[in-house]
Amino acid sequence: MATRAARDLPTEEFILPGSRSCAACGLMLTYRHALKALDPGKTLVAVPASCMTVLHGVYPITPVKVTCINTPFAATAASASGLVAGLKAIKREDYTVVAFAGDGGTYDIGIQALSGALERGTNFMYVCYDNEGYMNTGTQRSSASPAAAVTSTTPILAKAQHKKDMIRIVEAHRIPYIATASPSFPLDLFDKVKTAKDIRGSRYLEVLAPCPPGWGFPNKDLIKMGKLTVECGIHVLYEIREGRLRLTSRSLVLAEKGRKKTIADYVKGQTRFKKISKDQIDALQQWTDQRWEEFLQRHNRG
Amino acid sequence: MADKIRETVMAISRPAPGEAGRTGDWRSYTPVIDHEKCTGKDSCLYCWLYCPDGVISREFPLEIDLEYCKGCGVCAEECPRKAITMVE
Ligand SMILES: Cc1ncc(C[n+]2csc(CCOP(=O)(O)OP(=O)(O)O)c2C)c(N)n1
Ligand code: SF4
Ligand code: SF4
Ligand code: SF4
Repeated sequence: MATRAARDLPTEEFILPGSRSCAACGLMLTYRHALKALDPGKTLVAVPASCMTVLHGVYPITPVKVTCINTPFAATAASASGLVAGLKAIKREDYTVVAFAGDGGTYDIGIQALSGALERGTNFMYVCYDNEGYMNTGTQRSSASPAAAVTSTTPILAKAQHKKDMIRIVEAHRIPYIATASPSFPLDLFDKVKTAKDIRGSRYLEVLAPCPPGWGFPNKDLIKMGKLTVECGIHVLYEIREGRLRLTSRSLVLAEKGRKKTIADYVKGQTRFKKISKDQIDALQQWTDQRWEEFLQRHNRG
Repeated sequence: MADKIRETVMAISRPAPGEAGRTGDWRSYTPVIDHEKCTGKDSCLYCWLYCPDGVISREFPLEIDLEYCKGCGVCAEECPRKAITMVE
């Protein structure tokens, strides 16, 4: 049953206040609700170098009430695999192992370890929080950054390439559960993490987590920005179980009622798109429309 | 032959609030709740749901932990009754 209201979510907080993350951080909101969906007393988290490491704090204090190991940048899924094997050896398989990595740590640097773990069918959950850049080190371009975004490594001409279609790469491993989510739709996010928790085998979640300093929008607009990513169709909410794709939440509504927001609406409130040209807007719109059609077709096929 | 000394040294952090200090000091604007506009009866809890830092109470009358609230303004922006204002 889908969670319908805020009051139905668990009341306990697993991140203590006073963390190091920026104000209005999309990752922070994502993690807050993801931990509510897990059973933090029976969860081990693996985190590579990223904003998530910063969130987890500096020794000897952490704001997070869950056991976490910090892994080398490229090794997240390999470290998680080791935890899974260790738990099996000591017969503590009631624990859930969850890797939480940024887009740099997933799309680029951690992809080999991730592919290895998925190919082995490792019994774990991998969550990529995608803020579309190497934010912790100062907004460098990643293969998840959108086309036409200015980053600190694409400062003059902006990024030339479209975002990598990571989910297709993940899907090629034929794992039992894949889902996308957004912190602006926390109930959908909560339900997906909960669903993933109870499935055996490899599960992959990708959350588009808006980042006010990296994208260049006012803090107060965090939720509106996340909603806009879904409403313009650049981020689509769905889950894929055993190869079958189903749109969820706001994306499901848009499939029935039609999309009204455009890429032009989306880019205008973000300074990272300050150099975008009319042609680049059209190209991004076309890229978005084409993907949307593919998702619709798969959804309708059932 | 001397026994091998096997010792594992691990750095383990312990959970505590205020890891980054009193993050309330980051604020330029402070959220203030008008309890006449939000009485608690059938209130939506959107502010609680969307506060990234989880510093708004779940019980009514709602309370904000100003020692740690970072002043992002998300709660005020998302409140459908305009019951929260950001004050300098
Ligand atoms: C092998 C290695 N290379 C580079 C770094 C420096 N580094 C630390 S965090 C980071 C950025 C991580 O980006 P991403 O994975 O997208 O996460 P985000 O910071 O956006 O949360 C980099 C480059 C490192 N720690 N280790
Ligand atoms: S840089 Fe972005 S992702 Fe990183 S802590 Fe700040 S808001 Fe969050
Ligand atoms: S969002 Fe506004 S109306 Fe809803 S619970 Fe919070 S203060 Fe009350
Ligand atoms: S201003 Fe931001 S941190 Fe403070 S209570 Fe509102 S949403 Fe939470």
